[in-house]
Amino acid sequence: MSFPWAKQYEPTNPFMKYLDEKLPLPRFVYNAVGAGYPVPRNLSYMWNFGVLAGFCLVLQIVTGVVLAMHYAANDAIAFDSVEHIMRDVNWGWLMRYAHANGASFFFIVIYLHIFRGFYYSSYKAPREMIWLIGVVIFLLMMATAFMGYVLPWGQMSFWGAKVITGLFGAIPLVGESIQIWLLGGYAPDNAALNRFFSLHFLLPFVIAGVVILHIWALHLPGSSNPTGVEVKSESDTLPFHPYYTAKDGLGLAVFLILYAAFVFFMPNALGHPDNYIPANPLSTPALIVPEWYFYPFYAILRAFTFDFLLPAKLWGVLAMFAAILVWFFLPWLDKSPVRSGRYRPLFRKFFWILMLDMAALFYLGGAHAEEPYIMLSQIATAYYFLHFLVILPIISSIEKPEPLPFSITEAVLGPDEKKAQGDSAGTAA
Amino acid sequence: MATTTNTADTVVAEDGVRRRDFIEIAAVATAGVGGIFTLIPLVSQMAPSKDVLAESSTELDISSLEPGQSIKAMFRKQPVFVRNLTQAEIDAANAVDVGELRDAESLADRTIEGHENILVVMGVCTHLGCVPLGAAQGEIKGEFGGYFCPCHGSHYDTAARIRKGPAPSNLEVPEYSITDGTLLIG
Repeated sequence: MSFPWAKQYEPTNPFMKYLDEKLPLPRFVYNAVGAGYPVPRNLSYMWNFGVLAGFCLVLQIVTGVVLAMHYAANDAIAFDSVEHIMRDVNWGWLMRYAHANGASFFFIVIYLHIFRGFYYSSYKAPREMIWLIGVVIFLLMMATAFMGYVLPWGQMSFWGAKVITGLFGAIPLVGESIQIWLLGGYAPDNAALNRFFSLHFLLPFVIAGVVILHIWALHLPGSSNPTGVEVKSESDTLPFHPYYTAKDGLGLAVFLILYAAFVFFMPNALGHPDNYIPANPLSTPALIVPEWYFYPFYAILRAFTFDFLLPAKLWGVLAMFAAILVWFFLPWLDKSPVRSGRYRPLFRKFFWILMLDMAALFYLGGAHAEEPYIMLSQIATAYYFLHFLVILPIISSIEKPEPLPFSITEAVLGPDEKKAQGDSAGTAA
Repeated sequence: MATTTNTADTVVAEDGVRRRDFIEIAAVATAGVGGIFTLIPLVSQMAPSKDVLAESSTELDISSLEPGQSIKAMFRKQPVFVRNLTQAEIDAANAVDVGELRDAESLADRTIEGHENILVVMGVCTHLGCVPLGAAQGEIKGEFGGYFCPCHGSHYDTAARIRKGPAPSNLEVPEYSITDGTLLIG
């Protein structure tokens, strides 16, 4: 579906006309990210992150395929093969740093994309399916990133694999059997490394497939916008190309500057030095933490230090998964008919408190497991669930939203009828 | 919109090029050229890596190689044949009229001065890359007493020159030098 005023693809070149009859791929692209996709005219830069995430996925696949040409998924030589990439392969250092920092930047982009969704309630009808698919993409990304981090087979890789598969050991009765089955052994070894490599290669293409579903679901209702008011008429929209290709192009340029600063000037700033020590099953690093993008969930995992009906370990694992699974229920937890945080004064305050809470969890996940960090993690974790399960439903029932603009056009140009008529009035005059 | 905005995009120069056209082309061209440059690492990474290039020379001790004996060695992951030619083999090679050969080279062209009896050739048939027989004892040496490729029947003579069969040229002589009984290939 698209809006009735969407521009139609009209090839002039005879070959393109022929192609359009036999395989309308250019038409498909035109309707997806070309002039054939009308987009609200008032999108802010917070709407850049979908395209940036797509760019990151392509970047990770391209550099990842290159790395796979030189990497050996064998526990005896995996670490050396990464050093081989760094020292011997032409531009190997660039490929590896681009891939490792690419993962971090992918998560930066995705977190901003998700938080944008929180603030503007992008998960609300009619866009629930986009949101649900998006959470699935996030889960797939987490699995992919985790397995990718295991591949260099350094100390952090090894102990990360051990700890994360150990989570499954918390499942009552069958946990240990599942963990052994996942690893193909009693501790991470060649079998685990090999299957992680296989899945790390596969999952990005699964993600790409699910991204297509995400975009498909998006194109049925069309993009949301900062007012949260639905598109009413042609004057509310602009064609994606050239308006948003240009806007996204600028966003991409800014993104690339920041990304290149890391790749070229501080490529290891986001990693852990311990991962340059070859995996050693006999010695655990003093501070064993995942990559920074898992910190909030790692903090939640570690916040459970007491047995209550169930063992503490199981609570931690359940809470960690629940922290993401709760996002699936957002469309039904937040019942307010107003979407945008811009017109929800109370919601807006609690959104920023949630952001502070997330920031705290980010910090605490990377801290040592000692006081006061454990207690702070417990408070931050409690607030996290309180926000989604209690505060959000209450806000949506008691809040008095501010008045919404009549339309996107009115929000942009003010309530001037003549201006609001947009293009048609302009050309008539 | 056209009535309310009188900005750069409505200003058209005499040659019909708008300011915005220029900006558009300049921006896309900059991004395009930058994108093309990223192809350099992506293509170059597939070329031989530094460790492969570091293995690109081979050193052999040939001081105890008697006439009639051969060594099969590896040079750049491919076989190389080193043979100390007997006087009979040298004579046989020199007896051939060079002008009648498919790939006209004399034995002297294919060896280095002072070491005409040491023949160093790649053990790679110039037809399709099989390893010819004849270097090891008991192997078929072909109709001309040198090397014989069993894949498609190319016969090489005692100077490893192509004499019969589909191969287009003589077995390749790699770059090499001999110092005090040590052969350095590559």
